[in-house]
Amino acid sequence: MTATDVPISAEGNPIGFGRMHRKEDARFLRGAGKYVDDVTLPGMLHGAILRSPIAHARITSIDTSAAEAHPKVKAVITGQTLEGLGLAWMPTLSQDTQSVLCTDKVRFQGQEVAFVIAEDKYSARDALQLIDVDYEPLDAVVDAKHALDDDAPIVRDDLEGRTDNHIYDWEAGDATKCDEVFRNAEVVVTQEMLYPRVHPAPMETCGSVASMDPISGKLTIWTTTQAPHAHRTLYALVAGLPEHKIQVISPDIGGGFGNKVGIYPGYVCSIVGSIVTGKPVKWMEDRSENLMSTSFARDYHMTGSIAATRDGKIQGLKVDVLADHGAFNGVAQPTKFPAGFFHIFTGSYDYDAAHCNVTAVYTNKAPGGVAYACSFRVTEAVYLVERMVDCLADELGMDPAELRMNNLLKPEQFPYTTPTGWEYDSGDYPRALDEAMRIAGYDELRTEQAEKRRAYEAGESSMLMGIGISFFTEGVGAGPRKHMDILGLGMADGCELRIHPTGKAVVRLSVQSQGQGHETTFAQIISHELGIPPEDIDVVHGDTDNTPFGLGTYGSRSTPVSGAAAAVVARRVKDKSRIIAAAALECSPDDLEWEHGRWFVKGDPDNGKTIQDIAMAAHSSLELPEGVEGHLDATAVYDPPELTYPFGAYICVTDVDAGTGEVKVRRFIAVDDCGPRINPMIVEGQVHGGVADGIGMALMELIAFERDGTNLGGSFMDYLLPTSMECPSYELGETVTPSPHHPLGVKGVGESATVGSPAAVVNSVLDAIGVRAADMPLTPAVVWRAMQGSPLRMDLALE
Amino acid sequence: MQVKMTVNGEEREADVEARMLLVHYLRDELGLTGTHWGCDTSNCGTCTVAVDGQAIKSCTMLAAMAGGRDVETVEGVAVGGELDPVQEGFMREHGLQCGFCTPGMIMTARWLLARDPDPDEATIREAISGNLCRCTGYENIVRAVRWAAEHPEGATDAEEVSA
Ligand code: FES
Ligand code: FES
Repeated sequence: MTATDVPISAEGNPIGFGRMHRKEDARFLRGAGKYVDDVTLPGMLHGAILRSPIAHARITSIDTSAAEAHPKVKAVITGQTLEGLGLAWMPTLSQDTQSVLCTDKVRFQGQEVAFVIAEDKYSARDALQLIDVDYEPLDAVVDAKHALDDDAPIVRDDLEGRTDNHIYDWEAGDATKCDEVFRNAEVVVTQEMLYPRVHPAPMETCGSVASMDPISGKLTIWTTTQAPHAHRTLYALVAGLPEHKIQVISPDIGGGFGNKVGIYPGYVCSIVGSIVTGKPVKWMEDRSENLMSTSFARDYHMTGSIAATRDGKIQGLKVDVLADHGAFNGVAQPTKFPAGFFHIFTGSYDYDAAHCNVTAVYTNKAPGGVAYACSFRVTEAVYLVERMVDCLADELGMDPAELRMNNLLKPEQFPYTTPTGWEYDSGDYPRALDEAMRIAGYDELRTEQAEKRRAYEAGESSMLMGIGISFFTEGVGAGPRKHMDILGLGMADGCELRIHPTGKAVVRLSVQSQGQGHETTFAQIISHELGIPPEDIDVVHGDTDNTPFGLGTYGSRSTPVSGAAAAVVARRVKDKSRIIAAAALECSPDDLEWEHGRWFVKGDPDNGKTIQDIAMAAHSSLELPEGVEGHLDATAVYDPPELTYPFGAYICVTDVDAGTGEVKVRRFIAVDDCGPRINPMIVEGQVHGGVADGIGMALMELIAFERDGTNLGGSFMDYLLPTSMECPSYELGETVTPSPHHPLGVKGVGESATVGSPAAVVNSVLDAIGVRAADMPLTPAVVWRAMQGSPLRMDLALE
Repeated sequence: MQVKMTVNGEEREADVEARMLLVHYLRDELGLTGTHWGCDTSNCGTCTVAVDGQAIKSCTMLAAMAGGRDVETVEGVAVGGELDPVQEGFMREHGLQCGFCTPGMIMTARWLLARDPDPDEATIREAISGNLCRCTGYENIVRAVRWAAEHPEGATDAEEVSA
């Protein structure tokens, strides 16, 4: 259905897909959103966490007596308290364990050591100063490249029999075949690169309010989670609380980007705090705690090699990765894939062979490892391949657009199985790249660039100009139960739809919005299927007592999985409405035809029943056929048959001052293909935000460390987010290639731009300065040093 | 200590610690949770309110310093429940996603428009550069402020229908 076919409701909204203002905005605009820190309960106490100032140290003693004597302090919890409850350690989402409050030694700066509960938050913070901890410092492993050295200190001596910092080796592809392709290749280019440690840094930090009702034994926890149902099950498994006595409420969430997938020690402490004190306990981390202790992203040291013929036919790609997971392997991803979906690193091109090997190590840094809108490490994968293609173009002296165009998968190759086993569902890649080049005015840009370079070389100007391209393919919508689970929980999503007698509806989702606008988009999906105006459809989410089970919102999975569940559930209601309409019209269901929210008798369009009439009839005394129950509702669980594969072509134009190394992003062109767009306004907003993320990562964002493990990115003074001054106006385009296996054809878009944009920015800057490689973030210092031929390593402080 | 100020047109008085930040006073004492808190270093701007008409990051001011002054928060913006043009611009141009930065952005935009009713894009970008947004990439926020500049009385009836 094209936008112009969509009927318009009395309130001016499309009855189905199309641009529509968001339903959730009414409260956000008035300051009436309800975020976790806005929850206040009678008698509520406040918690604060004492954190380690040192990256690696044995704790020899903790004296909490002075803190306990503080007049406003109600309790102090340490690792010892938790040990008594069996809660000093908790499982991570990737079958590792993580310390809740330290019992033996601290393993990263900012690790949780003690939890103070006081009458107000200022007193809780005051009391942290009164806790006396004796630390016996140990050497720290900070550089992942030395984590496997023989003399490296062992981070995880808590694990039985552990004598090194090795977590896993994982490979995909055919190493033998790949070696053969490389041996016979005319051209091989090898390049080391670091995708440095960055942080999702949503504007709202993480926190929770836990309230244990001592009489009913019911625990209610309001918490910043992208996956409320998964959290509930984990609390049941970890704490041994009966699952039906746990209600997880994820209210309005101030951005997630992967930061709010896992369970953090603070959440557990607030729960224990509520049990211990018998009062509700709120814990909200501050910004430094957020940046220093919660899930970081990337930290991938990659060495890529690309093989090709001299005339530019790409033949092979291989990569070795050293993955820094920090002190605990807290990565959230499907169990079978310890490196996430990194093996989609072959990207959008055709090869004879490909192979990757990922080795993961522990270091004395904060745990986590998959976050920041990365589609389970597709971000690292896309960065690798799109940088390698540019390195190859540089080696061959070819235009990077031409090299890409010659090697992109062709539409007739879909469905396409990659050398590492992914089955891409659909795509028309050359069309997307063409469209991006058309919007950019690619040839004119190259002409302008040549003139800028001439003037620079003639000493007339210090300004250079770069044009960078990135083409990405993502695999999203995790995932098929046959391949994917997290901690044994299959990645399907439930959905429930109820049509009230007057034809108004309520749809209950298992996923949760952190700003993606689900209250609008999912109403539009139901509206599209049933012809009910979106304003008549209420979307309920984020409360485990009131929604069906499902694994939550991350990895761009809401529309691919939960959106499909919503479509399926609406179709079930529609099927039933046909039977009821037939009963009311005294005809056979087969005699009915559907259009815009009503069933009518074929050949007699005036003789019909609207979905609203049918809803009333379904609840009335109308006699229904044998075996048909009254009312109009349905449930569904959607197990995606495969992932969906959104793709896009991005072009970034930068101006670089060669004198200072300063980069200005002049233009950013983003052509996205995420299948049909349910609400184009929301899709565009998702792309805008993702491009800004990419600009941030490419130019500014970095969590670096001192050699002793001191975190150098622990505040917004040090960890720089892009502001309105660094971001350009975005120029968007689209192509539409529906997914053949999704009921709505949609593919998911939440992370596309975060995944695709960093390589475009980096390629652009390097194109400007004529240097093959330099690592993010391309700060003025990095750019300037790269131009002098002495690149900087930014992830560690200088020795 | 006793502090007394006008908040959204009402006299408010409370006994607070001298060190209490204005942001915490508004949120925790008065329950005005529309003003947010997002950093420890005065970088994010989610706490922005108007104090005597000036956009102020309320985490940089003690409640005591606002004594005797006129404070306006996002809760005071929609008069009689009707969105003001800045709020309406944010809705129409999709200038918000998670909504966490939005109250601060709205207060900053109102301050800008009060001083400069017709700002160009560069001026808007500079004015909001102390307010971080992790969701929108800023473009639609810039458009939202432009919309408000172009519609000082809010939407016309014709736009109402096409919206
Ligand atoms: S809370 Fe971040 S600037 Fe005030
Ligand atoms: S809308 Fe989420 S931070 Fe701005």
